Amino acid sequence: MTEIAVPDLALVALVGVSGSGKSTFARTHFRPTQVLSSDAFRAMVADDENDQSASAAAFDALHHVAGLRLRAGRLTVVDATNTQRYARAELVRVAREHDVLPVAIVLDLPEQVCAERTEARSDRHVSRRVLRRQRDELRRGLRGLRREGFRKVYVLSTPEEVDAAVVTYEKQYNDRRELTGPFDIVGDVHGCRAELESLLTGLGWRIDRDADGAAVGASHPAGRTAVFVGDLVDRGPDTPGVLRLVMGMVAAGTALSVCGNHEQKLARKLAGRDVTVRHGLETTLAQFEKLDPVAVQGFHEFCDGLVSHYVLDGGRLVVAHAGLKEEYQGRSSARVRSFCLYGETTGETDEYGLPVRYPWAADYRGDATVVYGHTPVPEPEWLNDTLCVDTGCVFGGSLTALRYPEREIVSVPAERVWYEPVRPLAPPPREDDLLDVADVTGRRRIDTGYGAVTVGAEESAAALEVLSRFAVDPRLLPWLPPTMAPCSTSTVDGYLEYPTEAFEDYRKAGVTRVVCEEKHMGSRAVVLVGRDDDAFPVPGPGALYTRTGRSFFTDGTGEALLRRVRAAAAGLFEELSTRWLLLDAELLPWSAKAGQLIRDEYAPVAAAAGAALPAALSTVDAAVARGLDLGALRDRLAARAASAAAYAEVYQRYSWPTDGLTGLRLAPFAVLASEGASHAGRDHGWQLDRADRLAAADPELIASTRRIVVDTTDPDSVRAGTDWWLALTAAGGEGMVVKPYHGLSTPDGGRQGQPGIKCRGREYLRIIYGPDYTEPATLARLRDRKLGRKRSLAWREHVLGLAALDRLAAGAPLYRVHEVVAAILACESEPVDPRL
Amino acid sequence: MLLTITTTHAPATDLGYLLVKHPDRVHTVTTSVGTAHVFFPAAEEHRCTAALLLEVAPEKLAGLRGGDHFALGRYVNDRPYAATSLLAVALAKAYSSALRGVSKDRPELAATAIPLEIGVPALPGHPLVERLFGPLGWDVTVRPVPLAPESWGDSRYGTVTLRGTHRLADALNHLYVLLPVLDGGKHYWVGPDEVDKLIRAGTGWLATHPDRALITDRYLAHQRAFTRTANRLLDDDPDLLDPDRPAGDQLDAPPADTPDPVVRLGERRRDAVLAALADTGASRVLDLGCGSGVLLGALAADPRYTEVVGADVSASALAAAERRLERLADRQRARITLRQTALTYADARLTGYDAAVLMEVVEHVDESRLPALARAVFGSARPGAVVVTTPNVEYNVRYPALAAGTMRHTDHRFEWTRAEFADWATRVAESYGYTVVFRPVGDEDPEVGAPTQLALFTRVEGVAA
Repeated sequence: MTEIAVPDLALVALVGVSGSGKSTFARTHFRPTQVLSSDAFRAMVADDENDQSASAAAFDALHHVAGLRLRAGRLTVVDATNTQRYARAELVRVAREHDVLPVAIVLDLPEQVCAERTEARSDRHVSRRVLRRQRDELRRGLRGLRREGFRKVYVLSTPEEVDAAVVTYEKQYNDRRELTGPFDIVGDVHGCRAELESLLTGLGWRIDRDADGAAVGASHPAGRTAVFVGDLVDRGPDTPGVLRLVMGMVAAGTALSVCGNHEQKLARKLAGRDVTVRHGLETTLAQFEKLDPVAVQGFHEFCDGLVSHYVLDGGRLVVAHAGLKEEYQGRSSARVRSFCLYGETTGETDEYGLPVRYPWAADYRGDATVVYGHTPVPEPEWLNDTLCVDTGCVFGGSLTALRYPEREIVSVPAERVWYEPVRPLAPPPREDDLLDVADVTGRRRIDTGYGAVTVGAEESAAALEVLSRFAVDPRLLPWLPPTMAPCSTSTVDGYLEYPTEAFEDYRKAGVTRVVCEEKHMGSRAVVLVGRDDDAFPVPGPGALYTRTGRSFFTDGTGEALLRRVRAAAAGLFEELSTRWLLLDAELLPWSAKAGQLIRDEYAPVAAAAGAALPAALSTVDAAVARGLDLGALRDRLAARAASAAAYAEVYQRYSWPTDGLTGLRLAPFAVLASEGASHAGRDHGWQLDRADRLAAADPELIASTRRIVVDTTDPDSVRAGTDWWLALTAAGGEGMVVKPYHGLSTPDGGRQGQPGIKCRGREYLRIIYGPDYTEPATLARLRDRKLGRKRSLAWREHVLGLAALDRLAAGAPLYRVHEVVAAILACESEPVDPRL
Repeated sequence: MLLTITTTHAPATDLGYLLVKHPDRVHTVTTSVGTAHVFFPAAEEHRCTAALLLEVAPEKLAGLRGGDHFALGRYVNDRPYAATSLLAVALAKAYSSALRGVSKDRPELAATAIPLEIGVPALPGHPLVERLFGPLGWDVTVRPVPLAPESWGDSRYGTVTLRGTHRLADALNHLYVLLPVLDGGKHYWVGPDEVDKLIRAGTGWLATHPDRALITDRYLAHQRAFTRTANRLLDDDPDLLDPDRPAGDQLDAPPADTPDPVVRLGERRRDAVLAALADTGASRVLDLGCGSGVLLGALAADPRYTEVVGADVSASALAAAERRLERLADRQRARITLRQTALTYADARLTGYDAAVLMEVVEHVDESRLPALARAVFGSARPGAVVVTTPNVEYNVRYPALAAGTMRHTDHRFEWTRAEFADWATRVAESYGYTVVFRPVGDEDPEVGAPTQLALFTRVEGVAA
C-alpha cells in the first residue's frame, strides 16, 4: 500500500500519459469539485473535450480557476497529462503565486496497459505514436520533478499500486487552529532570561528548576499556553538559559515558539554555513563556547525546527515573528517564511544602514488578530487588529506579553541595557487615520454579527460622494441612524396609520412589552460629545450630525450645543466612566435644519392654496347664487380649503425662529455607546431614564421624551396606548415610535421584528402624503402601500448600526467602523417610497 | 386652478357665444389630469364673467413631471392650486374655438377687441407678470401672496388681474403661452410639436415681444434645438420690425455681446494648468476632481500624455465626462481612464503617476478635511508633480456682481487669499517632500493679484513622505 500524504492545502498535479487512469484516480480519491480536468475545460471553452486546438484557452481557464480556489484556501487537483515540462511549470507557478505546496502524483504505468485502455474507449482515439511521445516526455521529466518545484512526488508504477494507494491529508505545521488558549504571547526575549522569568512569574506561571536551580520549564495553573514570537536568542546575557527554559516549555506542551530571524541565522551558523557574525550572534556564540556540544546540538535542532508562524484559536489569532499579511496566513512558501522572519521591506535602507520596513500593518484588513515582534517599539499599540509586543528588552526597554483573549498587556522593565541599539527605538506603527477608498467602494458583504448585509457598488458610490463631500470627519462619525418603517396600514376610518397596527405588528412578532415614545418633530441628530476637548483624535467637543452625517451648523452653534450637553451629562460621564458619549436624539425645531426646504417647498403650497381656494369658493358661491348646480363642487372645494389650512398649520407648528442656541431643543432618547461599551443591549427604561436626567440637568435646552409602556397582548393596555397616541397627536404631536422594551439589540441576536415602528399622526401625514390625503378615495388608494422594502431596509441598517457600535466598543480600527457607517449610508441611497 | 374672464362689452352675455358655453349651465371638460368646470358666476347685460376651474385628480398628481427636486415633491406641490401649464391645457380644451378666434354665432365680435378683465388668484412668477403681459397691452395688477408665517415674506404667487381691450382669442393665446412660461416648467414632456403650438399661439405678438427669448426658452423647456427653430420661424413673422434685436434670455443669462469674464478665466486657467503640466515633463497624469472632464479633452488631444486618469467622486460628473469623451477618436479615448474615488481617502490605483492636477478642487473640500486630502494626494498617491489651482479671494472685489463676503460658487467651502494659499502649499510641500512655486492665472491686478492662483509642486527625489 502506498500512502500518499497531501498537505490539506496544496495543488496536486496528476501526471500520466493518456489512458494511465488519472481521471479514475481523481474520482476515487478526491471530491469531484476538487478536480479540475483539462477535458472538462476544453469542453467548456470549445464544446468538445477532445478539441486540441482549444487547449490553450482551456488551460488558461483551468489555471485561473485553480488560482481562485487556492486563493480561497481550497485543495485543488489538476487532471491533465502534465507530461510536458512547461505544463507542469505553469502549475508550479500557480501554486507559488498562492503560496501553497505543489504535489505531483505520477501514474507511470506500462505503455501496454495505457494503450489497451485508450483503444477500448469509443469516444477518443490516441495513436500509439502519441502515447509513446507522452511516455518519453514523462520518463525524461520524472527525476527532475522535485527540482521543478514539486515538494512531494509520488510515483505509482503498476495498476496494483494504483489500486492500493491511499490518500491521506496532513495538516500544515503552521495550522494549530485547534489550540484555543488562553495564551500569553511573549515578545522578543533576546537572551534576557531574568526578565523572562519575572514576566512569567508575574503572569502566574510556575517555573520548574533543575537541581542547579536553572529554569528548565514552566506551567500555568490556569492551563495557559505561552507563545513566543521568536528572537529568543542573541544579544542578551543568557541565550542558553532562555533556550533551556523555552525548550522545556515547548517539550512539555506549555509553550509554542515561532522562528525569529535570529534563530534562523543561528541555526545556519551552527550548521556550518557562512554567515556574518554580528547583530548579537557573537554574544550567543561566546556563551555557547562554554557549553557541552550536546547541549548546543539540542539548541541547533530546536532552532532549526521552528515553524515560521502559527494560526491559532480557530483562525482568529496569528503569531509570526515580524507579522504576517492576510494572504500569507496559513500558507507555506519561501516568501511566506521570509515575510514571517523579516517582514516586508521597501528595498531601501535607512541612515543606519538597516532595511526600511514597509508598514504592512497599516494596510492590514484581515479577520485574524496578528501578534508579532521583530521591531522594537516603546509601547505596544494596536493597529488594525495587529500588535507588536517587542518592547526592546535587550536594549533596556521592557519585556512584554499579551494576554489573549483578554487582550491585556503585561510588561516587566529590563534590568539594564544589555546591548546598545544600532538605531533608536522606532515609534510604534500608528493607526493611519487616512482611510482607504477600497474599504468603502464596490459591492461589499459585511458580517454584522447579526447576519450579513450586502451593499451594492452603486449605492456605495453614492454614499462615498456624501461621505467625502459633505459628512463630518470620519473619526467623529462612528454611527448613523437607521431608517424606520411605519406600522402596517390601518383600516380605521380616516387613518392611514393607527396605534393598534403597531401593537399588532409586535404581538405577531412575539414582542409583548413595548415602549411608545413621543416622536419629536425635528431632525434626527446624533450627538458625539467628549468629556473634554481632547477626548477625540480631532480636537474639540465632538460632533453634532444629521442622519446622513452632515454637520448641522457651520457657525459654531454645534460646538456651543455640545458643550451644553457635556455639562448636562457630567453625571453620565461619571456613571459610565467614559470620556465620551454617543447619543441618539432629535433636534428641534424642524426648521433649524429644514428651514430652506420648508420655505421653498412647503410654505409656497400653502400660499397657493390660500390664494386659490377661497377665490374659487366665492366664484362658485356666486354661480350657486345664480341658481347653477355646483353644490358638490363647492363641498369638495370647501374640504380642500380645510385640508390646506390644516396642512399650513402642521408645517408651521414645527417651525420657529432660532438664534444660536436660543430656541433650539435637543431631545435625546438613547445613549448608544460610551468608551468601551455599546449600550444597544440596555432596555428603553434605562435609556429614557438617562435621557430624563439630561433633561433635568438642562431643561432649557434638553427636552424629555414622553412615553408609555404597553403590553401588546392586553387589550386594556393597547387601548391605553391608543388613547395616549390620540391625545398626543390631537395636541399637535407628530406621532410615536414603538420599540421592544428590552432594547435595541435582541437578546438572542435573532430577528425579532423591527427595532422600532413609527405611527404618525393623522394631521402630520398631510406634509408627507399631501394636504388632501384624507379624502376617502385618496385614502383608500394610499392604503395599498407596500412596506416590505422599507422594513427590510430598516432591518439591514439597524444591524449595521449595531455592528458599528460593537466595533466601536471593541476599539476596532477606524476603517472597520467606517466601512459599516458607509454601508448604512449606502443603504439609504436605495430607492424606496419617500413617504414611508 | 382658477381663471376668470370678464367683459363689460354690451351685451356682456355674448361672452357665452364667444366661448361656446351657455351662461346658465355648468360645463365640464375632462383633461388628462382631472376635470375642468366652466360656469358663469355673473351673466348680466353689462358684465359677464366666465370661470374656468380645474380640479386636479389626486391620483394624477404624482405622475406629473416636475417636483423631483425634493423627495416628497410629487405629493406636496402647488399643482392643484396654482395656475400652471395644467390650466393652460384645460383652457385650450375648454375654449378651443375661441382660442382659434372662431365664432359661429358672433364672428364679428370674435374679430373685435373688447374690454376684458382676466382674474387669476394664484399665478406663479409674479415679478415677471408685468414684464410679460405689460408689453402686450395689458394693465397688470398683482397682489403678492404672502407666505405663512408672514415673516417669511412673499411667495412667488400673485393674485393677478389683467385689464385691457383685446380680441378674446388674443387674450386666450397670451394666457395659453404665458401661464407655463411664468411657472417655469411644464407638467409633460416637451417635444418638437411644442414649437408649432408656440408659433401658432404666438402669432401676431410673440415675434415682437421684448422678452421673446425668455418666453421661447422657458416655453420650450430650455431645449436649445427647439428654441433655435422657434426663433427662426418667428423671424419670418411679418410683424417683426427689428431683425437685429439681441437674442439671448435677458433674465436668465447676461446679454451675449458682453464677453463673459468667467468663461474667459476658465480657458486661461486651463491653459495655465496645461503649461505647468508640460513644464513637469509628465506623460502619465492624474486629473483629480476631473468633474465633467473640462481638462480631460485637452489632455487627450496632446500626444505627450500617454496615460490620463480622470478621477472624481461624483458618479454623475463621471457619466458626463464619459459622454464628453465619446467624441474622441478611439486612440485618444484609449489613453483616458475614468475612476470614481474620493480625495480624502487613500487609493492604491492612483499611485505611481508622473503628475496630478487639482484644478479648482481644494476649495470644494471642507477646510478641516484638507489634511486628509494632502495625505491622500501627496503622501499616498505621491505623483512626481502636483498642479493646484484655487480662487484668489482678494480678487473677488473686482467682480461687481459678487456681493461682498460671498464666494464665487455656492459649494465653495472657503476661498483663500494669496498668503493663505501660499501658507498651506508651503506646509504641504515641506511635510511631504515637495518644492512649490506659485503662478498667477488671469490678468494680475496690482492691488489684489490675479483672479486664480496656481501652485506647482515638484517631488524632491529621495525624500520619504
